[in-house]
Amino acid sequence: MNIVVCVKHVPDAQSDRTFDAADNTTEREAVDGLLSELDEYAVEEALKIKEAAGDDTTVTILTMGPAKAADAVKKSLQMGADAGVHVSDDALAGSDSIATSLVLAKAVEKIGGVDLVLTGMASTDGTMSVVPAMLAERLGLPQVTFASELTLDGSTVTIRRDGDVATEVVRASLPAVVSVTDQINEPRYPSFKGIMAAKKKPVQTFSLADLGVDASEVGLDAAWTKVTQITQRPPRQQGLVVTDDGNGGAVLAQFLTMQKFV
Amino acid sequence: MFELSSDHEDFRQAVRDFAEQEVAPHVAQWDRDSYFPSELVPKMGEMGLFGIVVPEEYGGTREEGAFTYLCLAIEELGRVDQSIGITLSAGVGLGINPILTFGDHAQKERFLPDLVAGRALAGFGLTEPEAGSDAGATKTRARLEGDQWVVDGAKAFITNSGTDITSVVTVTARTGQREDGRPEISAIMIPAGTPGFTVEPPYRKLGWHISDTHGLTFENCRVPEENLLGARGHGFRQFLATLDDGRIAIAALAVGMAQAMLEQSTEYAKTRIAFGRPIGVNQGVSFPIADLAVSVEAARLLTYKAAWLKDELEAGRRTSAEVKNAAAMAKLYATEAAVSATRTAAQVFGGNGFMEEYPIARFYRDAKILEVGEGTSEVQRMLIGRGLGLPS
Repeated sequence: MNIVVCVKHVPDAQSDRTFDAADNTTEREAVDGLLSELDEYAVEEALKIKEAAGDDTTVTILTMGPAKAADAVKKSLQMGADAGVHVSDDALAGSDSIATSLVLAKAVEKIGGVDLVLTGMASTDGTMSVVPAMLAERLGLPQVTFASELTLDGSTVTIRRDGDVATEVVRASLPAVVSVTDQINEPRYPSFKGIMAAKKKPVQTFSLADLGVDASEVGLDAAWTKVTQITQRPPRQQGLVVTDDGNGGAVLAQFLTMQKFV
Repeated sequence: MFELSSDHEDFRQAVRDFAEQEVAPHVAQWDRDSYFPSELVPKMGEMGLFGIVVPEEYGGTREEGAFTYLCLAIEELGRVDQSIGITLSAGVGLGINPILTFGDHAQKERFLPDLVAGRALAGFGLTEPEAGSDAGATKTRARLEGDQWVVDGAKAFITNSGTDITSVVTVTARTGQREDGRPEISAIMIPAGTPGFTVEPPYRKLGWHISDTHGLTFENCRVPEENLLGARGHGFRQFLATLDDGRIAIAALAVGMAQAMLEQSTEYAKTRIAFGRPIGVNQGVSFPIADLAVSVEAARLLTYKAAWLKDELEAGRRTSAEVKNAAAMAKLYATEAAVSATRTAAQVFGGNGFMEEYPIARFYRDAKILEVGEGTSEVQRMLIGRGLGLPS
């Protein structure tokens, strides 16, 4: 079985994340980046499938991004994935989810013979959650999103999706695109053995030309939406301190009502 | 030349993530309860921390330069909690190493795979109520009766000896007298649960509350003859061979502590406001932190130089005298730097440094033992002096 896991290299949420003043895109050069934590669940799920299935399953990590994005592939390989594919091209800077899904779809096709594409539920920077659906659409595959449990059975995949009002069980034929939530598993830490083994694993780098994608279809200029303005979140207001003179409960209820909490 | 490789840094980051996510959230509670988290040990095993120096045939990943990686893991665990750091350091240095180095194939097959996986821990009992570095004063005795060793005596301060996953404790014991009249000391492996082997209640300690430390008593404790570890009469010499590693490991633990104190003091001095300004604007605060930064750097360089020398010795490119000297220097300097670092941090934190609500107090309590365990600072100075050819 061939599994492709799509991962994203994102700015570390612990650091001061900023936007590029010139084009309102996420500043990626100045801050430390890492494998999006939500993608670790997809990597872990692929590794669990591989371990349960035996040796004939391969897990390929696919990412699109600048040179630094190779770190996201490396971390996934250290966790135990078999191979990496890194799509990198200067023309990709500022690409939106439409362009990202196009490039990922072309890369999945180029990898070839893929039975299952796994993704995280969202990136921790853009947090749009739309790429998995777009990717499935472009590949013409079933899209099965927000899986909090995944079972493979021969030629089908069955997932559980926990919603606000109901839990759905969804089954699809393979190949399929499945996005997984942070409830599905507990991602492992790279082991010493994994870190030392990762160096010897193959990582291919593709340009847009390698994938047959025209530069005019991607990048900031081709984006369907444009961020026109960014305003800093106002600093948090100081809390209200109420001295309880016997009417504390009433004041609290009034405050909550005013804030529309009750 | 003065930089670790990207593999080292990747491994450091993985252990740091582990420590911050699996240890840090619980450590204050564990410390308060003097609770040893044996459920953490298999997770450390999964990351391969116990197997770094162990060959593949026993479940490990040994390769050239392994000891430096082990020191990185000890440093990073120690940066979050010293007890967890010493659990790894002792688990490998005192639990695994003697069996790995002196055990026969059957002994290794029997104990190592579980120890490497973190399914079990092993201890080493040398110290006694009346014998420390002075191992010739060992009172514990073992006599061969038929095909069994019968052990009688007591051991003190034995790390990882009484956890619910402890599988074996190796103890040194007098097994006779040498021709020169001095006692013959041998090492004997005593599996947990052997009748006559009693684990005393845990010590009440100044620090290292999370670490498992017990006194052990042996009364007519019988184990098979094949539980002798290494050659008869070589027990003390065998132990001495592992001491240099242990000293470097303690130095790494101290570096982790000093690093933690540096980070926390710096952060606090930036954010704690007094008289309308962050306290770090005062040189009375910033200068000690600057000195602390210098001592962390110096301690780290000495420690990793020693670790590198140890790895070079393993590869046959250095002498043990060089390692011995570097280990003593690293242990002496790094542990004293760590103790000073806790004093500096506690001062920067003011009243909060005295409160258990902040981690500084825990590190302050944990620091002192670093200047004592694996040879006191005085013993290190003695060794360094000997290395200089000073009369002894």
